[in-house]
Amino acid sequence: MKEKSLYSLTALFDTPDEIIHAAERASKTGYTRFDINTPYPVHGMDRAMRLKPSRLGIFALVFGLLGAFSAVGFMTWVTLVDYPLVIGGKPFWSWPAFVPVAFEVTVLLASVLSVVTMIVLYFRFPNNAHPLHDTPYMKNVSSDKFGISIQADDPIFDEHEVREFLRNVGGKSVAPVYLDLSDLNHGQKLFDPKFLGVLAVTAIVVSAVTYIIFNKVLYMDPFTWMSAQEKLKAQNPSGLFADGIGMRPPVPGTVARGFLPYALKGKPDDAGKYLVNPLLPTKDVLERGKSRYLTFCSPCHGNFGRGDSRLQGQFPNPPTLISDKIRNWPDGSIFHLITEGQNIMPSYASQVSRDDRWAIVHYLRVLERAQNPKESDLK
Amino acid sequence: MKSSAPDTAAKTELPERITRLAWVLVLVGILLYGAGYIIDAKRSAFNNVIGFLFLASVAGGSIFLVALEYLAGAVWSVPMRRVNEFLAALSLVVPLLAVPLLFHLHDLFHWTHPEAVEADKILTGKAPYLNANFFIIRFLVVFFLWNLFSFIFVRNSAKQDLTKDPKLTSINIRLAAGFMPVFAITITLTAIDWAMSLEPHWFSTIFGVYYFSGTVLAALSAATVIIINLHEHGYLPNLRRDHFYSLGALLFAFINFWAYIAFSQFLLIWYANLPEETFWFMSRWKNGWEYVSILLIIVHFVVPYFALLTQDSKMDPKRLKLMSIWILFAHLFDLYWLVMPTYGEGIPLGWMEIGYPVLVVGLVMVVLSYKVKRNNLVPVGDPKLERGLSFRL
Repeated sequence: MKEKSLYSLTALFDTPDEIIHAAERASKTGYTRFDINTPYPVHGMDRAMRLKPSRLGIFALVFGLLGAFSAVGFMTWVTLVDYPLVIGGKPFWSWPAFVPVAFEVTVLLASVLSVVTMIVLYFRFPNNAHPLHDTPYMKNVSSDKFGISIQADDPIFDEHEVREFLRNVGGKSVAPVYLDLSDLNHGQKLFDPKFLGVLAVTAIVVSAVTYIIFNKVLYMDPFTWMSAQEKLKAQNPSGLFADGIGMRPPVPGTVARGFLPYALKGKPDDAGKYLVNPLLPTKDVLERGKSRYLTFCSPCHGNFGRGDSRLQGQFPNPPTLISDKIRNWPDGSIFHLITEGQNIMPSYASQVSRDDRWAIVHYLRVLERAQNPKESDLK
Repeated sequence: MKSSAPDTAAKTELPERITRLAWVLVLVGILLYGAGYIIDAKRSAFNNVIGFLFLASVAGGSIFLVALEYLAGAVWSVPMRRVNEFLAALSLVVPLLAVPLLFHLHDLFHWTHPEAVEADKILTGKAPYLNANFFIIRFLVVFFLWNLFSFIFVRNSAKQDLTKDPKLTSINIRLAAGFMPVFAITITLTAIDWAMSLEPHWFSTIFGVYYFSGTVLAALSAATVIIINLHEHGYLPNLRRDHFYSLGALLFAFINFWAYIAFSQFLLIWYANLPEETFWFMSRWKNGWEYVSILLIIVHFVVPYFALLTQDSKMDPKRLKLMSIWILFAHLFDLYWLVMPTYGEGIPLGWMEIGYPVLVVGLVMVVLSYKVKRNNLVPVGDPKLERGLSFRL
C-alpha cells in the first residue's frame, strides 16, 4: 500500500525572463522553500531567488587547510623524525621543496572532499530518489521549459493560494507532485546485496577482460632502445651451449690475455730484486701514469704524492711518497705494493691493469724527481 | 534588454583639472629626470630602466588585453575595451623613455664593454646576441611591432563606431591570433634585454613569463583604476558589479599566476643549487635586500591575495580601486627588486627613485585625456556591446 502526500506544486514557463520574474515574485511573496529547474544555467537566478551564498565554500576551506597541514606535517615528520636524510646538502627541513606537494594535496582534498560533502549533505546519500524525478514536470524542464516548484513544507504554503499565485505569474500546466513515502529512501536500495554483488562481479570482469586484452592479446613489445639483444650476457643463460650456461670458463691450461697471474705473491723482497719496469718512460706512458695516479692514488696520497690529500685527519694519515725511503725503493717493490696492498691500503690489482701499474711507477718517479731535483735539473 | 549605449557614445572631455594635473606631473617628472641625469647619471639610468619597463608593461599588457578579448570572444569586457585601447597608445611614448638609456648603455650593461667581453669566456659566447647593435635593432623591432598591431586594432575598432560592420571584429580576431605569438616573443625579448641582461652571466628560462605576469597585472590594474574612476564620475554609467567582479577575478588570477611563476623560478634555482644561477638570488638575500625580498612577497602576493579573496571584495569598486593602485605599486616594486641589486650593494631610495613613477603616471594621464577627447568612450559599433552591457554573472 503506497502512502501519498503532497510534495509541491509546479508550474512551467516558456522563457528565462518569465522564470526570473516568477522567482523574484515568489521570494518577494515570502516563499522560502521553492526551487527553480531550468534546462541551462540562467544568470542572475541566485539573486532573484534570494539564495544565501552556499556553505560549501566553508567545507572546501576546511578540507583545503586539512590537506595543507597534513601534507606539511607528514613531510616534516618524514624529514625530521622518521628518516632524516641529507638531500643536496640542504637542511633536513627544506620547506621550499614542500610547497608543490602541499599545494597539490590541498587542491586534491579540497576538491574531492567537497564533492563528497555535496553528495552526502545536499543529495542525502545514499538516498538516490527525489519526488521530482519521473514526473512530467522534470521531463519538460530538462528539455525546453523553465519550471518552479513550491514545496508543501514551506511555512506559508496553502494549496489554493499557491495555485492562484502560480497562475498570476503566468505559469502554465500547474500540477501537484506527490511524495511517495514508501518510495523515498526505500524504492531503490543502494546497499542491496544483489546490487552490490552485480557491481563487484562487473568490476572484476571488466578489469580481467581489460587485462587480458591489453596485456595478452594485443601485447606488443615496447621499443627497448637496444637493451634486449641476441648476445651473451654475464650471469645469463644461453641456448648456444649444451650446458645452457652463458658464461664460459677458460679452456683448461690457458691464461686469458692480460690476465697473467702475479708470480711473486707474498714475496716483496723478490719483487724488488727481480722485477724490472717493462715500459719506457715515454710521454704517452707518463700521461697514462698521471691519469691513473690522479684517479686511484691521489685521493689518499695527494696530487703531488705528499700524503696531503683532504683525507688528512679523518683517516690514519696516508704516508708521503716522496720520502727518501720510497725514493730508494726499487721499481719492483712499488709495483708489488700497489699489486698486493699494505696495512690499510688494499690491493689495486683488480682496478689498475699491470701496464697501468708500471706507468704509475714511472709517474711517481717523476713526482719524486720534481720535488727533489738534482743540481743538473736546475741548470 | 534595452541598450543605453547611445548615452555613452558621445566623445567626452575629462575635467580641466585632470589635464592640468597630468601636465604638472609630466613637468615635475621631467625636471626630476633631468636633475637625476645631471647629478648621478648611473643611478638615474637604473631608475630610468625601471620607469621604462613599467610603462612598457602598461602599454604592452594593454595591447595583450585588447587582443585577448577578441581572441577569447569575451563579452563582459567590451564596454570597457576603449580604456585598454587608450592605454595601448602608450606604446608610442614608451620608446621615448628609452632614448636617454641608449646613451648610457655603458653604465647599465656590463656586456657593452668590449674589454670585459673579451676577457670573459661566457660573455664572448653570448656576444652574438648581447651586443649593442643587435640590442638596438631588437628594441626598434619590438616597438615597431607593438605600435603596428595596436594601431590596426584601434583603427578597426574606431572605424566600427561609424560603420557598425561586424566584419571588422572578425578581422581583429584574426589579427589577435597572429599577435599572440608575436607578443610572447617580444615581451620575452624585452624582459631578457632590459632586465635579465643587467646580470649578463645569469640566465633563467622562465624570466620572460615572470615579466609577462607583472605586465598583465600592471595593464589590468591601470585599466581598472581608470574604469572605476570614470564610472564614479559618471562617464561609464552602465557598468555593474558583474563587470567589476570580472575585472577583480582576472586581477586575482594574475596575482596567483605571478606568485606561481616567481616561486617556480626560485624553486628550480634553489633546488639545483648551481652557483651560476644562485648568485642572482644571493645578491637579493644579503645587505638588507633580504627584507626587501620578503616585503615583495607580502606586497605583491599576500596582501592582494587576501584583499581580493572574497566575492564581495571583487564586486566593491572602492576596494577594487584601492587594490589596483596597490598592485600598480607592487609591480613598480617588483621591477625595483629586479633591477636595483645590480646598481650597487645598498638599497638606494631617495628623490631620484620618485622621479620616474611621477613621470609615468603623468604620461598615462596625458595620453588618456588626449585619447578621450578624440574617441568614443564605448565601442558603440561593436556587435557584442549590447550583450556586454547586459552581462550578468
